[in-house]
Amino acid sequence: MTQLDAVMAKVRAENRAALIAYIPAGFPSKQGCAKAIQALADAGVDAIEIGFPYSDPVMDGPIIQEAAEISLKGGTNAADVFATLKVATDTGVAAVVMTYWNPIERYGVDQFAQSIADNGGSGVITPDLTIEESDRWLAATIRSQINPIYVVAPSTNDSRLAAVTSKTGGFVYAASLMGVTGTRTTVSSDASNLVSRVRAVSNLPISVGLGVSTREQAKSLAAYADGVIVGSAFIKLLLEAESEEKGLDAISHLAKELALGVREGR
Amino acid sequence: MSSAGRFGEYGGRFVPEALIGALNELEIAHNTAQNDPLFLAELAELHRTYTGRPSIITEAKRFAEYAGGARIFLKREDLNHTGSHKINNVLGQALLTKRMGKKRIIAETGAGQHGVASATAAALMGLDCVVYMGEEDTRRQALNVARMKLLGAEVVPVTSGSRTLKDAINEAMRDWVTNVADTHYLLGTVAGPHPFPTMVRDFHKVIGEEAREQMLALTGRLPDAILACVGGGSNAIGIFNAFIPDSAVRLIGLEAGGDGVETGRHAATITGGTPGVLHGTRSYVLQDANGQTVESHSISAGLDYPGVGPEHAYLHDIGRAEYRAINDDAAMAAFSLLSKTEGIIPAIETAHALAGALVVGRELGPQANLLINLSGRGDKDVQTAAQYFGIPL
Ligand SMILES: Cc1ncc(COP(=O)(O)O)c(C=O)c1O
Repeated sequence: MTQLDAVMAKVRAENRAALIAYIPAGFPSKQGCAKAIQALADAGVDAIEIGFPYSDPVMDGPIIQEAAEISLKGGTNAADVFATLKVATDTGVAAVVMTYWNPIERYGVDQFAQSIADNGGSGVITPDLTIEESDRWLAATIRSQINPIYVVAPSTNDSRLAAVTSKTGGFVYAASLMGVTGTRTTVSSDASNLVSRVRAVSNLPISVGLGVSTREQAKSLAAYADGVIVGSAFIKLLLEAESEEKGLDAISHLAKELALGVREGR
Repeated sequence: MSSAGRFGEYGGRFVPEALIGALNELEIAHNTAQNDPLFLAELAELHRTYTGRPSIITEAKRFAEYAGGARIFLKREDLNHTGSHKINNVLGQALLTKRMGKKRIIAETGAGQHGVASATAAALMGLDCVVYMGEEDTRRQALNVARMKLLGAEVVPVTSGSRTLKDAINEAMRDWVTNVADTHYLLGTVAGPHPFPTMVRDFHKVIGEEAREQMLALTGRLPDAILACVGGGSNAIGIFNAFIPDSAVRLIGLEAGGDGVETGRHAATITGGTPGVLHGTRSYVLQDANGQTVESHSISAGLDYPGVGPEHAYLHDIGRAEYRAINDDAAMAAFSLLSKTEGIIPAIETAHALAGALVVGRELGPQANLLINLSGRGDKDVQTAAQYFGIPL
């Protein structure tokens, strides 16, 4: 049982949803990222996803693309990602890494899974890894006892939902809409439909991501989802802030709001 | 698990789950169409009356004098409507788009040839068309941007990353993830997730099938070597495919060596890259120690891509095909030579294959017959070439 499994069980017992924050390693800077993680943890997020910045992020909209570019220009590498993961787990929250597949393959599949575990991480979200290409990865996650977290989409049909969730650990990442990451003003109605379809085939906790940025949205999702994932909204605040200090204040404020949101949904 | 779309350890699908439904739909549509005489007849008729197939073979006798006296035959894909091999694949996929009931196509383009071909097919079949093109390439290939607009397509300059073909593909994939319900991504080469490498090959294999018969009729035997430039690898696989069982026929792919593979400024993915995953498929990739894609460099926009089709990776590893790099300067010399000895201005992409022929011809000697895929014409490259050779415009 990973720390993430424990967190998802705890929020279920508290009859609420978990708040899960995403931030790319090395953004807004190496030190800034560590401070942002601390600010998010202090503000009450339950889990943190550390993004591995990648040169060709086809699932990401302009906000995360820009953050990844800034991070890569700063020289972020695999070692930095694991160090950042350690910063997150040291705050006491559950932490996972979110990465496109190629950096894992390049690092070494078994070594990557083990480095996640060695740094206290609970699992890895792999948005472009299909279950058909997962044999080596799943074996590695079992050996290192971490959660393989897969993303499902509104277009995923029921039999495939069953197949994908049967390989998944920690939680099922339900993409709220057909599209890339970014902030949206409303949460698509596809989300509740997808969550009920996942519930029909799996007992795993389900976290909803893509487009969530406000307390209201968090509240409405928390009514039926086990976790609410917020990324672009935090990154946008950090990108737009006049100073790092102000950016940290802004994400702390938003995280506190969202933490209220995930507690008022039911 | 399913091994569909694998070429040895290469190929497969590395894509967001959101696209799996569309890829399955496309795979079924393609398999059904390939076994449907009506579809095949419709496509063949379009090729006869619109593309201008079969494309002819021209023997390049004066050019051959510079290639050690080997006989050199050019498969004239440059004479196809829109000026390159790209139309073969585009018409096939556009017909599939209609069969799937989709109304909108999106495409990426580097040199603009695939974009122009896509815009052309969209006009012909009444589909909406959006073409993603790296901002850098919209400048290098301004003429083709205008052509696409004249044909009624929307051209979106891509400003992310290196602003070239790789980033245009990223942007097209983001559009597709968002609009997959009514949109077909008309990918322009034998890369990307399954079924694209197989499907795009199937639409281009007509090149090699025609050429095999034509060469037998012309020379009474199979050629000794077949040469083609390799960006993503579609024109190369198109001419190679029919000859793969003919083990005595050497298959040679010419990659873009840019300033030289040793300088790191090149686009020779198999020659200078390592196995990895890019744009949904496992193949060779230009990447760094962290798995980040490295920017490619080539004077040729159509070859300026840090990936390559998975079937080429496989043919390379099993030794059935060989891949070599041709530097910018050698390609431009061959570009000039073909123009002046044969009266055919080739695309700069194609010039890499011609430069390869000058080397391979000397290696094989005067008894050899070389078949070159003349993948495109050079009209779009006049500005780049004029600049390169110092011709005032
Ligand atoms: C004339 C021509 N040849 C070759 C290529 C490279 O593509 P591929 O390797 O898929 O044939 C292009 C691409 O734009 C092209 O325009």
